[in-house]
Amino acid sequence: MKDLLKNLIKNGRQAVGVTLIFMLVCGFAFPLTMTAIGGLLFPYQAGGSIITVNDVAVGSEIVGQEFKSDYFLYSRPSACHYNVYAEDENGNYIYSDGSAFAGLSSGSFNYGPSNPLLLDRMENDLELFLKAHPYLKREDIPADILTASGSGLDPHISPEAARVQVQRIAQNSGLSEETVNSIITDNTKGKLMGIFGEETVNVLGVNIDIASAMGIIGEN
Amino acid sequence: MVQLILTFAIFVALVIPAGNYLYCVASDKKTIMDRFADPVDRCIYRICKIDKDKGMNWKTYAVALMVTNMVMMLAGYAVLRIQSLPVFNPNGISGMETTLSFNTIISFMTNTNLQHYAGETGMSYLSQMLVVTFMMFMAAGSGYAACIAFIRGLAGASRDNVGNFYKDLVRITTRVLIPFSFTVTLLLIWQGVPQNLGSDIVVETLDGMRQVIATGPVATLESIKHIGTNGGGFLGANSATPIENPTILSNMIELYSMMILPGACVITFGKMIKDRKQPAKTKNAAVPLSARLFGREGRSLFLAMTLLFAISLSVCYRSELRGNPMTDSLGVIQNGSMEGKETRFGIEQSAMFTATTTSFTTGSVNNMHDTLTPMGGFAALLNMMLNVVFGGKGTGLMNMLMYAILAVFICGLMIGRTPEYLGKKIEGKEMKLVALCIIIHPLLVLSFSALTVSVQAGLSSVTNPGFHGLSQILYEFASSAANNGSGFEGLADNTAFWNITTGFVMLAGRYFPIVLQLAVAGSLMKKQFVSESSGSLHTDGIPFAVILVFVVYIFAALTFFPALALGPVAEHLTLWS
Repeated sequence: MKDLLKNLIKNGRQAVGVTLIFMLVCGFAFPLTMTAIGGLLFPYQAGGSIITVNDVAVGSEIVGQEFKSDYFLYSRPSACHYNVYAEDENGNYIYSDGSAFAGLSSGSFNYGPSNPLLLDRMENDLELFLKAHPYLKREDIPADILTASGSGLDPHISPEAARVQVQRIAQNSGLSEETVNSIITDNTKGKLMGIFGEETVNVLGVNIDIASAMGIIGEN
Repeated sequence: MVQLILTFAIFVALVIPAGNYLYCVASDKKTIMDRFADPVDRCIYRICKIDKDKGMNWKTYAVALMVTNMVMMLAGYAVLRIQSLPVFNPNGISGMETTLSFNTIISFMTNTNLQHYAGETGMSYLSQMLVVTFMMFMAAGSGYAACIAFIRGLAGASRDNVGNFYKDLVRITTRVLIPFSFTVTLLLIWQGVPQNLGSDIVVETLDGMRQVIATGPVATLESIKHIGTNGGGFLGANSATPIENPTILSNMIELYSMMILPGACVITFGKMIKDRKQPAKTKNAAVPLSARLFGREGRSLFLAMTLLFAISLSVCYRSELRGNPMTDSLGVIQNGSMEGKETRFGIEQSAMFTATTTSFTTGSVNNMHDTLTPMGGFAALLNMMLNVVFGGKGTGLMNMLMYAILAVFICGLMIGRTPEYLGKKIEGKEMKLVALCIIIHPLLVLSFSALTVSVQAGLSSVTNPGFHGLSQILYEFASSAANNGSGFEGLADNTAFWNITTGFVMLAGRYFPIVLQLAVAGSLMKKQFVSESSGSLHTDGIPFAVILVFVVYIFAALTFFPALALGPVAEHLTLWS
């Protein structure tokens, strides 16, 4: 019994020792050192890849955004509206659809594959999409523009989902379809080494170029 | 398809040198890190009064592991409760509620990383570093230490010494976890993962709105999260968010980070066993390449795990690629089920990540598992129910060895010989321990799921109707018991009921098996080696790997099939009817 107690005390001492040391090393020194090194080597990325236009931060290269103007490329649906909000006249924060801003978040709707709410949501979004693009039929539309991403912050859409929006963007922005098409091509990235991943179109990148071509924002 | 095969091939190429390195660290051989790590280690030994040469028997080792983990939990719990202090808390996060803190601290210490909070609003930077990042190192370190002790026991160099826990923990942390995380952190920052201490960024959008973007010390957490197969995200949506996982390259870095050490454990096992078996016969030219790289006993296990992994990956991939019939009914073009998936990863890398994170018990996700097609979710669920496919931080290997002993036993019964494994007789005592160890996992998953569906506090958290609701519950407990930590995230699980039940399941799912497995090793160590005869079952070849796969499936089918039939299988059948 006495041995056991002695053993426990000795163990306890070593246990407390390694806990404190590693809490300091792994939990404190390591993140702070890496913050310093990261900030020195890759200041743009470490700071969140923020894009500025005329000295105003308009978004992050890696994070998607919700766009509502009819001359912009639309993103995929998002359960958290890409954390995009506005202030109404009473000073409340609201999403673009008028509901209250829930605070910074991420995630999907988490509708199971057999959940009827999933069908309702997609049907609803499909109607809206067809209304915005009267020249399209159902069978022209790729499903990815109707499905919500996992994070709710997807910065990309598929090239197919971008192509179907070209005519609308051209009509409403006054740019030619060729210009819009070439802007989309400029912001399309292929697979890594032609094998890994997917072809993607960066929505924010496209919309900055559209806005700049339209003269809404200055050259950047 | 080419993409999936290549991705796995690169893993095999990476795991061989990593396995060799881990083997050197585990068996006290020289490594390139010694120059930097030796002085650090000596310093830690001195401060903590660790007598590194003092061996422990399996009981002392288990006690040391549990005492250390308990001290760490207490320290972490204290930090969570006072995180509202304005220290590294630029976003003004408030303190964490008691049952949630209880759940969170167990979750990170047991390497589960089940998260009933959302990182954006539930944790200050201080907690993200001092609790989460710290525990991710220590949970992984403890797991690998246990695994190495277990292997030492099986290798049988000594009759009761399995090593010194504190020394193992220190060596693994300073020689494996910290250098690996250092490299991966830099790679991830390069790819765009933020690493700063500033508050969330607010920008003006082109539409005249505002957007708030999360940031913080993400990259350091992200690296050890995968290296240690922990899996808890900085943000609610984990590695699906472009902040934690911005590009396809970062995705692959994270993928390999979580695969490499569990795979390396199998090689370490193979090599440590080989050391004992043929100390003098090194000049034998006829050793096949696979045996040289993985060790004879390691290669059959590696093959069995690879088979199980490939099967689950192909089920998941095919199901996701086929898409959701509900989407087809809209009359649009569907290229696979993209609900809950990111455009940059697509179907293939999402299926790969899902199969990997559930096999290697990491629990980080790059797509939302709740939205997987029924059979995609089935594959993920099954991986956690088997809990033997590579498995995080050594536990997968230990669980697989339990099944290996079981397989040897069953084969022994069929051919009428005394079963033996690694040159030791398997007798009643070991079989009792093995059986107990194998039964804990289904017992926890199924009994707690049954409890949940019978009480209102459990049912009221289910957010999807029909069979999928049952899958949500099963998934939560399978994930807790397997110390995985991913979730069908729709489940409204931040309630006292879920926090306490899953907290208990995580504890039991972690420490009972470790103690029992060390006990098996302790019992085998004491035995004499038996010499191999013509009647001995060879456990180092393809036939044994196949037998092992069947044994694993038979036991999983027997225990989990009824529950799976009522969940994902029923959902699949109704959806496609």
